[in-house]
Amino acid sequence: MNTSILQATNAHGGPGAGSPQAGPRSPGESAAVLRGRGAKRYRFKPYNVGRWAIWGGYALIMVLAPLLWTSSLSLTMLSQVGIAIIACLAFNMLLGQGGMLSFGHAVYSGLGSFCAIHTLNLVSKGQLVLPVSLIPLVAGVAGMLVAAALGFVTTRKAGTPFAMITLGVGELVWAMSLMFPGFFGGEGGISGNRVVGKPFLGVTLGPQVQLYYLIAIYTFLCTAAMFAFTRTPLGRMLNAVRDNPERVEFIGYNTQYVRYFAFIASGFFMGISGGLAALNFEIVTAEVVSAVRSGAFLLFTFLGGAVFFFGPIIGAVLMVLALVLLSEITQAWLLYLGLVFTFMVIYAPGGVASLIMMNLRVAAFGKLRTLWGSYLALFGTGLGVLAGAGAMIEMTYHLQLNQALGPELKFMGATLNAQKLDSWFGAIFVLVVALGLFEMTRRHFVKQWGEAQEFIEREIKRREAAL
Amino acid sequence: MSKSSSNFAVELRDVRKAFGKTEIIRGANLAVAPGERVAIIGPNGAGKSTLFNLISGRFGSTSGDILLHGQKVDGLTPYEINRRGLARSFQVSNLFMRLSVFENLRCAVLWSLGYKYAFWRFLADARDANDRAEEVMDMIKLHKRRDVMAMNLTYAEQRALEIGITIAGGASVILLDEPTAGMSKSETARFVNLIREVTVGKTLLTVEHDMGVVFGLADKIAVLVYGEVIAFDVPEAVRANPRVQEAYLGSVLADAQVAEAGH
Repeated sequence: MNTSILQATNAHGGPGAGSPQAGPRSPGESAAVLRGRGAKRYRFKPYNVGRWAIWGGYALIMVLAPLLWTSSLSLTMLSQVGIAIIACLAFNMLLGQGGMLSFGHAVYSGLGSFCAIHTLNLVSKGQLVLPVSLIPLVAGVAGMLVAAALGFVTTRKAGTPFAMITLGVGELVWAMSLMFPGFFGGEGGISGNRVVGKPFLGVTLGPQVQLYYLIAIYTFLCTAAMFAFTRTPLGRMLNAVRDNPERVEFIGYNTQYVRYFAFIASGFFMGISGGLAALNFEIVTAEVVSAVRSGAFLLFTFLGGAVFFFGPIIGAVLMVLALVLLSEITQAWLLYLGLVFTFMVIYAPGGVASLIMMNLRVAAFGKLRTLWGSYLALFGTGLGVLAGAGAMIEMTYHLQLNQALGPELKFMGATLNAQKLDSWFGAIFVLVVALGLFEMTRRHFVKQWGEAQEFIEREIKRREAAL
Repeated sequence: MSKSSSNFAVELRDVRKAFGKTEIIRGANLAVAPGERVAIIGPNGAGKSTLFNLISGRFGSTSGDILLHGQKVDGLTPYEINRRGLARSFQVSNLFMRLSVFENLRCAVLWSLGYKYAFWRFLADARDANDRAEEVMDMIKLHKRRDVMAMNLTYAEQRALEIGITIAGGASVILLDEPTAGMSKSETARFVNLIREVTVGKTLLTVEHDMGVVFGLADKIAVLVYGEVIAFDVPEAVRANPRVQEAYLGSVLADAQVAEAGH
């Protein structure tokens, strides 16, 4: 090195930029490193505006959300979103950051829930003195201990054997929940009352809005803690284990320990999520440890995007929207969910987050303008496909399940008759035409997208050469 | 800590390795002094890579002793052997593909700097690790590619990073498995220089097919044929060794001599 080099990387961080593979992005590292002839280095830490903006915005959204959506349904949903965010982020510590596909992760949130509700009941009976707001921490410790015990077995293996063992452990706990009604409450579950003890500064946690803010505080702190985890030696080695466990063994690390410690950390946050859920619903039934719940974590974490830190946050929002709203709107919601999931796995395996990040990249190079028209056309024709296919799905469901209500049903503002041919022909016509148009716009879009990517690659090469 | 009489950096005593009924390593003996650079050569299937896998702990040996700095290491796991000061590279680049060049190197230095499984401190504050990673990045000339993911590097860059990861932890014994495989002539020449630079003061064992690299890099050559070290000496002596010429090397060495004479 005869010439000094000025190296500077973009300083941006926070959940928005925290992809596990994006490399160094924290202030210390992103500081300009000025190197001279000798080994001496000069560093300075710039005030990281981007990071403050992202985390501030994240907090602000959580503070303002209940003021924007004031109905009791939206408050319930917002509370559930917070709980789901913690769970999906904790799940993604393993899936996205560690490459570990856990099929039984509801065990840790679920057992956290049970410990929380039992603790709450002890507090209610006066056998234990503990502020209710700290019960989620108890649940977190419970989740951590359970993860430490079960993870000792599961993390001995990686890859498919790991997934299989977690599946088995999940089934085991599910079976146990039926065998021990004393702890799991049998069919009726275990209920509690979160309004116990003296109010603290007037806060009883009785009104949903008070509980929402408790959940919001936990969600923010847990998100920050899990993001911080990705910036630690253990967090980074977890990425290394994901990418290449074999090589990790040859640079001094025991991959089994890396997986085990990450598993325990994940269990802690899963437990907190479960504890908050127990306070939120004030009842815990055995289904919280079920494979269905585990599957939901997996599905929505994947939908949100496992390769980026913030992906699971999007996934959590989608989870609550689907489980609470979509299931109200249509009986066929699981079918739609399955279709969306299938398309995502095939066409956008990085989830919603990767779609966002890809478009941000295009935007950063000033090429997003050229795509707007295509996006609009894709959206319009996509809606057409949905209308056509949706009409047929709804009519089929109506025939199967709601025969007693007569053949007529409302769909997207139109009245369909499930027993008349013209409704079916109309739906098929809409579907076929929309599919054709969609395919046309899609081909056009793919071409445009390719051109934009080529431009970006050229531009990157040009900038590198100019360095 | 029971020190045996061995003063060698790496010593193999009658090491054998069988896969099922097939014995690949049949009583290999080798003693490499600290600071020596040894090239291991031999025909395809002689067991060169297997030997590396035994020394680095990837496989366990069937019998015999493997000593590192006089201590038995056979039966230990790769990470235990690495912690005792041995690092190796791979014939096929074995990187953390979705991490940047810098992150690859930083991961490689963490254990040796005592960070272990820490989750209570930030990497950004791990100044010694960051400095060491930057330093290695300069040595392997990848500083311009600092934030590029390993999967997006060119082949030669990946090979350089492979060596970077191997030496980053500061191990005193370095095993390089065909470091120049698949490279062009000019790249190979550049790489021999690079390897020489980054392994100054270290014990180096390298498996190589390219005789130019072997003679350019090695103080001594070990010839492995059918799982046995049939010769281990300075290059001139190995060239003259009739057993070596008979077994394998005659033609290849003659070629190399012609090539060298042509220089």
